[in-house]
Amino acid sequence: MSNLQVSVYRYNPETDSAPYMQEFQVDTKGRDVMVLDVLHMMKEQDSGLAFRRSCREGVCGSDGMNMNGKNGLACITPLSDVVKNNKLTLRPLPGLPVIRDMVVDMGLFYKQYERIQPYLQNDTPPPAIERLQSPEERDKLDGLYECILCACCSTSCPSFWWNPEKFVGPAGLLQSYRFLADSRDTATSERLSNLEDPFSVFRCRGIMNCVAVCPKGLNPTRAIGKIREMLLADAT
Amino acid sequence: MSNLRSLTFDAIIIGGGGSGLRAALELAKSGKKTAVLSKVFPTRSHTVSAQGGITCAIASDDPNDDWRWHMYDTVKGGDYIADQDAAEYMCSEGPKAVFELEHMGLPFSRLDNGRIYQRPFGGQSKNFGEGGQAARTCAAADRTGHALLHTLYQNNLKNNTVFLNEWYAVDLVKNASGDVVGCIAMCIETGEVVHVKSKATVLATGGAGRIYASTTNALINTGDGIGMALRAGFPMQDMEMWQFHPTGIYGAGTLVTEGCRGEGGYLINKDGERFMERYAPNAKDLAGRDVVARSMVMEILEGRGCGEKGDHVFLKLDHLGEEVLGKRLPGIVELSKTFAHVDPAKDPIPVVPTCHYMMGGIPTNIHGQAITMDESGNDHIVNGLFACGEAACVSVHGANRLGGNSLLDLVVFGRAAGMFIEGALNEGIEYLDASESDIESAMKRITRWNESEGGESIPELKAELQEIMQTSFGVFREEKNMLEGVDKLALLRERIANAHLPDKSNAFNTARVEALELDNLMEVAEATAIAALERKESRGAHSRYDYPDRDDVNWLKHSLFFPATKELKKRDVNFKPKTVDTFEPKVRTY
Amino acid sequence: MVTNITSFGRSGLSDWLMQRVSAVILALYTVFIVAFLLFNPNLDYYTWSGLFSQTWMRIFSLLAFVALAAHAWIGLWTVTTDYLKSTRLRVGVQAVIILGIFVYLVWGIQILWGA
Repeated sequence: MSNLQVSVYRYNPETDSAPYMQEFQVDTKGRDVMVLDVLHMMKEQDSGLAFRRSCREGVCGSDGMNMNGKNGLACITPLSDVVKNNKLTLRPLPGLPVIRDMVVDMGLFYKQYERIQPYLQNDTPPPAIERLQSPEERDKLDGLYECILCACCSTSCPSFWWNPEKFVGPAGLLQSYRFLADSRDTATSERLSNLEDPFSVFRCRGIMNCVAVCPKGLNPTRAIGKIREMLLADAT
Repeated sequence: MSNLRSLTFDAIIIGGGGSGLRAALELAKSGKKTAVLSKVFPTRSHTVSAQGGITCAIASDDPNDDWRWHMYDTVKGGDYIADQDAAEYMCSEGPKAVFELEHMGLPFSRLDNGRIYQRPFGGQSKNFGEGGQAARTCAAADRTGHALLHTLYQNNLKNNTVFLNEWYAVDLVKNASGDVVGCIAMCIETGEVVHVKSKATVLATGGAGRIYASTTNALINTGDGIGMALRAGFPMQDMEMWQFHPTGIYGAGTLVTEGCRGEGGYLINKDGERFMERYAPNAKDLAGRDVVARSMVMEILEGRGCGEKGDHVFLKLDHLGEEVLGKRLPGIVELSKTFAHVDPAKDPIPVVPTCHYMMGGIPTNIHGQAITMDESGNDHIVNGLFACGEAACVSVHGANRLGGNSLLDLVVFGRAAGMFIEGALNEGIEYLDASESDIESAMKRITRWNESEGGESIPELKAELQEIMQTSFGVFREEKNMLEGVDKLALLRERIANAHLPDKSNAFNTARVEALELDNLMEVAEATAIAALERKESRGAHSRYDYPDRDDVNWLKHSLFFPATKELKKRDVNFKPKTVDTFEPKVRTY
Repeated sequence: MVTNITSFGRSGLSDWLMQRVSAVILALYTVFIVAFLLFNPNLDYYTWSGLFSQTWMRIFSLLAFVALAAHAWIGLWTVTTDYLKSTRLRVGVQAVIILGIFVYLVWGIQILWGA
């Protein structure tokens, strides 16, 4: 069994004038391990290799990266899913500034998330117990609240690449719709009026890269369609 | 060291998980200058991995449910060394805290009448153990921790909490009187080290499951707060009490929620027998976690384990049907496909008891104030230091935590700490400033690593530590093995003190963070090892071959580990709840 | 909310709706013209100018021209905001586009009604 050839994006702002690709040979002992395990094996060879990781089970969203050209979470991507001809190329999430190696500056991504006011707003005084919600109303939040903010979707979206300051991006819009769809939220019209400009929502071109890469199987494009429907219904 | 930049806050909360964010929210709402300092972006904290739910008597599934029944279960589950005043506070305040979460937007699953869905979990009963199985765990499908953590983060955004994300707290800063007046912290992105000054320092740093080789815990669970407090000379309580979760996925260690068994799943051995019927005839698969984990290990040791090596058992779920699995346990279906290559709708999941939760931690009162004990056994408050969540030992979990009580602990005591600090700040707090030498001593450790020139590698030492803990301090323990473990740890401490950090760069240097984490793992491991060796009985999660029985005469006590002398002392358990009668220790059966 | 003074309706929603309505008009017009060409294989100048001398055809064509102008402006404005990051260049190109669309529109009207 020959070693896995891994090509990794390296950049340390203190020592490198430009980023470069470094080649590693990794002995996986023929096992179909996760890409994150491979990164740990490489870090044992070179402790300077920087990447984020936390839960290692696909729920915290730390280790989103670009693996052989496709965004995903390293911890739940087995080699058999991505490796071609015994080769693996790892790059940071595209479209965001690189801090070091695989670590990107997520500031713009978080800013867009914060812009949609990602919290429940309800102007009626809360009851002594919980607010009631029928199972059918609650079902509308499925496929929305599960987002882990890994940024795989937004950083694979060309519209977000071109206008990261103005286009909310698929992750933010999915969360926006999560609150628009919540029967307990009363800020619908304010939320909608913050979205009707030409960029925030309408830069979505329906490319659907977000749907193709979402490691949680969520569908931001459908949520964006629903927001457009709500905007239209509200304005006409 | 005077060139160190300083940041000043009313309160600094170290850790951005459930308890830290809940405490921060309380303070931010009150307008106090609050910062959350977290080594990861808050929603990457380990609370996100909690699956099954938050146990609380909100009387939704059963309108007659009573928080006292929940308190009884909690005290019994903790094998009677839970502090009853704390359990009383948690269970009675719980409903308020859970309703607040719902009002903040947490997307709980629902019953047909619109109320919050509750599922049965292990160790739950009605009417003080006399009324059969209760369903008391409030759930958002099997992603309750994720929903809870994101909701808390979102509400902190709403209330303008200051976040120092991807900052690492290195050590506590104490003034000349021994009060905690802040910490030394490093911005991971730039490597800048600053002195954070604060009148209240809250350690909400979570657990330390990474001291074991096999754990359900995230890679970040390295006991940073425990390490900081121990190095500052403060004692740790009940550190021998580590919960092994019955259902970690065999090989991968990832958690499969107890909610699987709550929804009707059960464990089988290689003969297909539902073996828990033998060990816990009443509660069966929903006995306390310590009981189930031990029963599984017994099955394996007695040759009825599954697989080629006979070293695990199976969790059977296929009889629940695809619809229930898809609706109630969608995350589990995903996880077992990814990590066990098994579709639970068709085949059972291979599982094995896996280190999951630290019942011990920084001893605190119900306001989150850290406690130490003097020579004559009297409690004293540590000025300026607070703890909540898994890092704290209030103690509501005693010797064994019940499923779903962890999330409740986070929000109830995070909230309590926040409220208390707000009150204390309003009344006014004045401590002496830290001197140059106080700051310098808190800088010692990071300076040591930065100046290391040669020595052993960090990942190898970490792996050795985890192996020692796994071998000598697992589900079953005995003296000879533990003595060996303690000796090996003493040697390892020396080696770690001389280990080498090869990468000294500043920008996002994860190797430096891992070096600092290794020190903390070492502190936690040592406290665990000595406490486990000294507690000569079996209670809750602490189970010894050489002392197989509970010893209420000598050990109906907390253990308190003092780092300076490496001594273990005993501290009284609180048996004086304010509004209910004491739950007297009884034989614990399920 | 992102504000923009150069977008067509100054609202993403109205731009989005206008883009779709104009697309429908253009599709109908195209289908009509193609069908007309197919049904008149030996098309000559008299038939063609006869068609355009009728008022309803002139109005239909005008509608299509206006739709084309709006459609082109919204589409090209989007392209310029995606790809041209230098403000000076973007405004310059947008001005050229506006001028071009204006010229074609006036020219089209002149042809339609000028005969």
